Amino acid sequence: MTDHAIADSHALEPPSATGIAHDKMGMWVFLCSEVMFFTGLIGSYIVLRFASPSWPHPGNTLNIWLTALNTFILICSSVTMVKALASIRDGDLRKLKLFLSMTLLGGSIFLSIQVYEYRHLLHAGFKPHVSLFGSVFYTTTGFHGFHVFCGVVCMAFVTGKAFLGKYTQAHHQGVETIGLYWHFVDLVWIILFTIIYLF
Amino acid sequence: MTEHKHPNYIAIWWILLAVTVMEIGYSFLKIPRPILILGLVVMAVFKAVLVALYFMHLKFERKSLGIIVGSTLILAVILVSVGISEHVLPRP
Repeated sequence: MTDHAIADSHALEPPSATGIAHDKMGMWVFLCSEVMFFTGLIGSYIVLRFASPSWPHPGNTLNIWLTALNTFILICSSVTMVKALASIRDGDLRKLKLFLSMTLLGGSIFLSIQVYEYRHLLHAGFKPHVSLFGSVFYTTTGFHGFHVFCGVVCMAFVTGKAFLGKYTQAHHQGVETIGLYWHFVDLVWIILFTIIYLF
Repeated sequence: MTEHKHPNYIAIWWILLAVTVMEIGYSFLKIPRPILILGLVVMAVFKAVLVALYFMHLKFERKSLGIIVGSTLILAVILVSVGISEHVLPRP
């Protein structure tokens, strides 16, 4: 594969000074700021955890298997997202609509399971103000969940445009831009799942 | 439109799932805590790198974009390392 074959597949888009489409560059810069946002949250969690003389084992409070299922769903939605982009790059609008719908469904299921998990934990007395672990857990996973929610809303918009036939093989920057955001949300969850649920 | 082949996304999906299963199994092992944490971090970072390189296509992007993203990651690592060093390094 040539080095820039995939990156340059939007060759018909207007040129930019950097050689990278403005939408994509904008999203990357935004994601860089998001990296620092989540680094702040993860860094705080690590500092608090190291400083705390005792820390409950996550498995005693959290349902690791349910969250593992959620992780599986989010990874699958990331694959369907990248397949959606590959489809429109190949000019297959039918597959684009199918994969975007699957991604939207995956994100919605992820959020539903997270809401179910929160309800269950709150009912069991695991509340944000009860312990340091609770505070850190709800802050980090809550902010991530909010990002997924924003992603689902944007994904619904992009999926709607796909069904209206607004994307073509030559013009599909919106699909790529929301895809970058979606993969980033998946990437952050991969880290959060490990450090919050498995440590 | 430039003709191009796509990476094997399904193969990457299988790798991500396999490493996730390994991670969960590994987390239940009764081994010294530092080794446990190190192993989990290595597996999580490996998965994150796969997503960034292949799903976000960073592997196929221009170097300038890699430098922008890389700079952010360096700053992120410094931020977390400073926090950890506060508790790991001996106090004067």
